[in-house]
Amino acid sequence: MSKLGRVSKTLSDNFDEDLLLQEPMSVWKRTFKRLWSRRSGKIGLLLIGFIFLIAFTAPIIAPYDPQEVLIGKEIVKLKKREGPCIHMLGCDSAKPQHLMGIDGNYRDQYSRIIYGSRISLSIGFSTVAFAVTGGVLLGALAAFFGGWIDNIIMRLMDVILGFPSLLLAIAIVAVLGPGIRNALLAIAIVTLPAYARLTRASVLTVKELDFVKASITLGASPTRLLLFRILPNSLTPVVVLATLGIATAILDAAGLSFLGLGAQPPMPEWGTMLGSERNQVFSAPHLVFFPGIAIMITVLSFNLFGDGLRDALDPRLND
Amino acid sequence: MSTHPIQLEVNNLTTCFRTSTGNVTAVDDISFSLKKGETLCIVGESGCGKSVSALSIMGLLPPSGYVKSGSANFHNDNLLSMSSSQLERLRGNRISMIFQDPGSSLNPVMRIGDQVSEIFKIHLHMSKKESERKTLEMLRQVEIPDPESRMLAYPHELSGGMAQRVMIAMALVCSPDILIADEPTTALDVTIQSQILNLMIQMQSKTETAILLITHDLGVVAEMANNVLVMYCGQIVEYGDVKTVFNSPVHPYTKALMQSIPIIGEKTKRLDAIPGRVPSLNLLPPGCRFEKRCSEKNTNITSDCQEKIPPIFNLNDNHGSRCWLEKED
Repeated sequence: MSKLGRVSKTLSDNFDEDLLLQEPMSVWKRTFKRLWSRRSGKIGLLLIGFIFLIAFTAPIIAPYDPQEVLIGKEIVKLKKREGPCIHMLGCDSAKPQHLMGIDGNYRDQYSRIIYGSRISLSIGFSTVAFAVTGGVLLGALAAFFGGWIDNIIMRLMDVILGFPSLLLAIAIVAVLGPGIRNALLAIAIVTLPAYARLTRASVLTVKELDFVKASITLGASPTRLLLFRILPNSLTPVVVLATLGIATAILDAAGLSFLGLGAQPPMPEWGTMLGSERNQVFSAPHLVFFPGIAIMITVLSFNLFGDGLRDALDPRLND
Repeated sequence: MSTHPIQLEVNNLTTCFRTSTGNVTAVDDISFSLKKGETLCIVGESGCGKSVSALSIMGLLPPSGYVKSGSANFHNDNLLSMSSSQLERLRGNRISMIFQDPGSSLNPVMRIGDQVSEIFKIHLHMSKKESERKTLEMLRQVEIPDPESRMLAYPHELSGGMAQRVMIAMALVCSPDILIADEPTTALDVTIQSQILNLMIQMQSKTETAILLITHDLGVVAEMANNVLVMYCGQIVEYGDVKTVFNSPVHPYTKALMQSIPIIGEKTKRLDAIPGRVPSLNLLPPGCRFEKRCSEKNTNITSDCQEKIPPIFNLNDNHGSRCWLEKED
């Protein structure tokens, strides 16, 4: 009897404690907590933080200017495409230290890789920002107005989706001319339909919910309905796709640059660096290895982060 | 009551839906009027067209539905022929509506206070500060405890009753002439139901808003209504003031409805149910739509019942029934 009483007392104690002590968490806080509790989210977040740190502090941590040609400026005569010289690992301390070696134009590879993070991140974010803005706008308009507007927009998106995306991007760059800005634009255009479709599907669902109807009865105008009622409630899947899209955009940009259509030398873009030294894979593997690893880590971190974010924003999964 | 001005007059409203099996008439030729300060209840079972008539008046029919004929006059303007921007100005301002499920009627990503104060900004063009002050006042009026902190809450942090209070506050911000309440208490439990109904009565006495209350709960009708419309299969089968309809119903359907109410304190074996089922709206009989289920079927049936749709026979100036048995010979 007393045991039962104690059990029910502890139960009620717990209940009260939960009820009184648990401050309602904000959406951001809760999402962050759930993201952090998952291994992929945590690793992704840490890696992204690390890459951002490198990008922001590039001038401080890079020993050389990424475009500085070092020939004749160093005490010991440099060899073209010389391998890494790391003092800690037994490299002659009389020679200047080059952590990732020297590239084909006598530049410090390590500094170039560090500065490359700035370019890759800005390409990733600006491309996705571009594609998301366009895609969300088009998808939302299509879903909200329906009818022929929907048809025109979505058929156009279908046409874009009909082409292999990288080929279409190459074609667009071929028309606009090579360069980082055009590559960025091309990637934005080819990734835009995915966002448009996702937003359209999401808006179509949210549009039918009760609170939208309730807003109409309270006198909300169509613009207000779309911008303040429907869109904020349908952006969650877009956020996830955009995070994963950053990885794709970085990869595509590196691909275009590798083909000589994106960033032009001497810009320290990882894809460009890979492309210009691709014939030296066997004689100077460090020139291909390090940019490749840099691309891989960046893409991986955004993919992990995106996966974690998808789980964290899914209301069906509990903490 | 009759001296009060008429706020809304619906005449011969007929609403149809396009379906794969042809057009279906969901609301068939209904007429009623709503006076200032009055509460009119529309009762009927699911699918009888109660909600569709309200949605027709508000211009909120789904894309497959359309108003075939009729008018809904609001102060000499026909709501059914208004442009969407004209309607936009009326909605929330002169005519408001509250819905069945309060939990899903609020925007989940906006704070309560912002949602309420937005209406002050849209319709009354108030400044931010002023609308926030008014919002607090409004939330206090609908008896939300601790309104200062509730203003900052999101809808999922409120209980159903609390959310419905917020909806009522939002609907009554501009002291509308008409409030359409589509089963406002169905999703709430009984104690909260009576609180919400009391709140509506209380707010009505302040603002003299005419309430069009849609429900299938006869208890709610008894508590709230001045006048009642009983609907069956898209038609009004009986109308009258609440006392007459409850105490001396005339139409067999209304009688059967009244008999199916459990009486508290009385032990009965089984509740009375109405035999048979509602006819499908695309296979309606040519005559009276209740004929198959009618309790008078064996004794008093006339040949008209099966062949002709009965008109509404007026018994006195505020009571009528759509039944051939009322035909004066």
